[in-house]
Amino acid sequence: MKQKLVIIGNGMAPGRMLEDLFDAAPDAYEVTIFNAEPRVNYNRLMLSPVLSGEKAYEDIITHDDDWYDSKGITLHKGARVSELDKINKTVTAENGISTSYDKLVVATGSLPIVVAVAGHQLEGVLVYRDLDDVDKMLDAAKGKGRAVVIGGGLLGLEAAAGLREQGMDVTVLHLMPTLMERQLDPTAGHLLEDAIEARGIEVITEANTEEILEKDGKVVGVLLDDGRKIDASIVVMAVGIRPSIALAASANIECNRGIVVGDDMQTSDADIYALGECVEHRGQCYGLVAPLYEMGKVLADNLLGGSSGYKGSVTATKLKVTGIDLYSAGDFVDDEDREEIILRDGMAGIYKRLVLKNNRIIGVVLYGETEDGPWFFDLLKNETDISDMRETLIFGQSYLGGAALDPLAAVAALPDEAEICGCNGICKSKIVNTISDKGLTSLDEVRAHTKASASCGTCTGLVEKLMTLTLGDSFKANAITTMCPCTDLGHDEVRRLIRLKQLKSIPAIMQVLEWKTSCGCAKCRPALNYYLVCDWPGEYVDDYQSRYINERVHANIQKDGTYSVVPRMWGGMTSANELRSIADVVDKFSIPSVKVTGGQRIDLLGVQKHDLPGVWADLGEAGFVSGQAYAKGLRTVKTCVGSDWCRFGTQDSTGLGIRLEKFMWGSWTPAKLKLAVSGCPRNCAEATCKDIGIICVESGYEIHFAGAAGLDIKGTEILGNVSTEEEALQHVVALTQMYREQGHYLERIYKWAKRIGLDEIRSQIMGDEENRKGLYDRFVFSQRFAQVDPWSERVSGKDKHEFNPIATFELEAAE
Amino acid sequence: MNAVTDTWLKVGLLSDIPVRGARCVQSGAMTIAIFRNAENQVFALEDKCPHKKGPLSQGIIHDGCVTCPLHNWVISLETGQARGADEGATLSFPVKLEGDDILLSLKASKSELK
Repeated sequence: MKQKLVIIGNGMAPGRMLEDLFDAAPDAYEVTIFNAEPRVNYNRLMLSPVLSGEKAYEDIITHDDDWYDSKGITLHKGARVSELDKINKTVTAENGISTSYDKLVVATGSLPIVVAVAGHQLEGVLVYRDLDDVDKMLDAAKGKGRAVVIGGGLLGLEAAAGLREQGMDVTVLHLMPTLMERQLDPTAGHLLEDAIEARGIEVITEANTEEILEKDGKVVGVLLDDGRKIDASIVVMAVGIRPSIALAASANIECNRGIVVGDDMQTSDADIYALGECVEHRGQCYGLVAPLYEMGKVLADNLLGGSSGYKGSVTATKLKVTGIDLYSAGDFVDDEDREEIILRDGMAGIYKRLVLKNNRIIGVVLYGETEDGPWFFDLLKNETDISDMRETLIFGQSYLGGAALDPLAAVAALPDEAEICGCNGICKSKIVNTISDKGLTSLDEVRAHTKASASCGTCTGLVEKLMTLTLGDSFKANAITTMCPCTDLGHDEVRRLIRLKQLKSIPAIMQVLEWKTSCGCAKCRPALNYYLVCDWPGEYVDDYQSRYINERVHANIQKDGTYSVVPRMWGGMTSANELRSIADVVDKFSIPSVKVTGGQRIDLLGVQKHDLPGVWADLGEAGFVSGQAYAKGLRTVKTCVGSDWCRFGTQDSTGLGIRLEKFMWGSWTPAKLKLAVSGCPRNCAEATCKDIGIICVESGYEIHFAGAAGLDIKGTEILGNVSTEEEALQHVVALTQMYREQGHYLERIYKWAKRIGLDEIRSQIMGDEENRKGLYDRFVFSQRFAQVDPWSERVSGKDKHEFNPIATFELEAAE
Repeated sequence: MNAVTDTWLKVGLLSDIPVRGARCVQSGAMTIAIFRNAENQVFALEDKCPHKKGPLSQGIIHDGCVTCPLHNWVISLETGQARGADEGATLSFPVKLEGDDILLSLKASKSELK
């Protein structure tokens, strides 16, 4: 007589296991299956295409009724097993059907995790696990409106893409900073975010759901813990799965997170086996299909008296959203003993990263081109020594030798109409054609014939690369200084390409400009952050982790790790009340040193980091804002008393100084920017060694710039003369904006001026009214986002984490 | 649980530390910096650069290293050793994640100089 094999669950794992079983021994068992779902077996991996409408349920059936018939299997549909009696060896379903077994296979799969926030039980809160869930989502999608998907992992993104295809507005909320952070490194995570957003799906990272909002018992929106509200007609929870173990646990079968099985897939009961997402094998639970298939094979063999063992699986992930190619496998975090090989092709949107340890691949992340995924995965699983193919490994299986990557590739791939020289509106083809037609061989000739690179000069590097591309090795460019070892590009080229290619995030820059490291270094990150802040005001979100500590905590770090705090004193003016409150702060926080600075304000030195918010709060109450004495930005505007008091004063230098400081505070510049206004040529405010200075004269204002009184000493140059205070302000602001847009990070204004040429600057600011107006307007626009007092922001709680220890232990733990 | 794991101290949650950021743990007179890198790994070093005692917790974190805010020494998060031409090492502490919990052991080690 045949043995009776009963299977609880009818998912993909038991389906594959049965195929293996019947292939090997068609007549060994009489099989009964209990399926809680009212249907035959289908391919759960294909739920996403069903949701997006690319496939129908019928297309994804793997085993139809005929198949069960032909194998003599009894399939109970819609029968959820509620009782497992391992003493009498029977199982009973909720609908009363009961069967005895000789061998039992538990394949109850997994349950979606539902975050227990307020409102999670409302009508309209869905999960994404089986066909019933898909049907509910398709129903909801008919009403259009907005769907909020909680969870930016594999399942959540597939659900989001599907709902979008069905015509809904979709917002994805993800708790972590980058999408799919378990499978992807941050770079690939950002690329993915861009691609997802390009499909019209809104992505909010670091979003912590506080509550699901209701009206009349139905979902109407989601409230985040930062107070943001998102309207929604449905909410899909896709934050993860957990093994479904309730039945096994109720029968006293050993369970941890999942049902515990050995290598032979046997549970703690000799006649009961388990496989699939419900099991825990060697401490590991699996949610991907490949390991389940491997388990199925092992179990089929063991049910037939074999002795094969399951050794655990390394898994690979592929995102199933049409048009987004993504593949990841293994372990890809940075570590001392690991090396990485990175290939970035910005033009083609390709990012590939292999993590190596001892000449073996241990991690793979592929974005944009994933054909080689399985090949890399094989090398990974087999721990193949890749030393011999290391040089060309990243190019994939089909690549067998060839030339090294061309560093000019990014420039070569620019379209003909790409604007190379912004000042003169010269595009790539014009430069290339002129070089060929006129037989030009030097940069000066190209400048003379095309005007490209003849004005501000920031595109010089690009023009030189075009010359190299056109003329080949016969052209030797002046070696440009690269930004840092992470790139072959110089500052000018990076800035130019940021604008040309509309690069709006650090990961986007690193991808498109083919950075050689995965997340940059302490040199390039602050520079890129500044360039983005400057070029995309209102769009780019400042990356605080790419700022130096002083700009992160809005104070100046001192040699002992304490900080100095300098409040703004507009134009160097103060009052008894201000001085009194400074004195109170000094007493209250026992600040050890108080010093008058060269910029006409007061420096409080030796403040403990954890006291900073308290110091700011008290100073803020007295009306002070941050003096930004730490910033690569506007520092002081030094003044003399001018016509208010001085018998020689020609204009209101104090008033103009205060006006300039109030207009320009908060602006970020390539390096620090110090101004001064003197009321007469006796120059008591020392305006002629400042970054920008103004000397008031009887007829108006003489504008100076590019002075230095630090490592270098240099008197200012004269920009020009204007007659009204208003004009003085406009010219100073326009000059500052020109410097902001062209300066290299950490390049003071006098070095920038030397590089660009004084005449060029004079002609753009003094001689070209339209240009000056444009610069002025761009500065004013950018100030809308920059003029936020960082101190009051932090007093009200922003970046709290910066200022206090995460934990304190009074005594060192004894060992 | 064995004797070694008993010395793990829970110091906070991973989400308390910004990505590519650091927070400090005060242990008696010593400050220990807990770093979180872009891949959400955590590391613990004494908050003291081997050069001039700069607070490493305030530096910029990149590629498994932190750059000291005072004089730009680059210190390995894993070993506490100075990278490049500089020589010296700071104390490093075992630290691990259990779920979102950060567990720190105060059993310091100083790696041998290269």
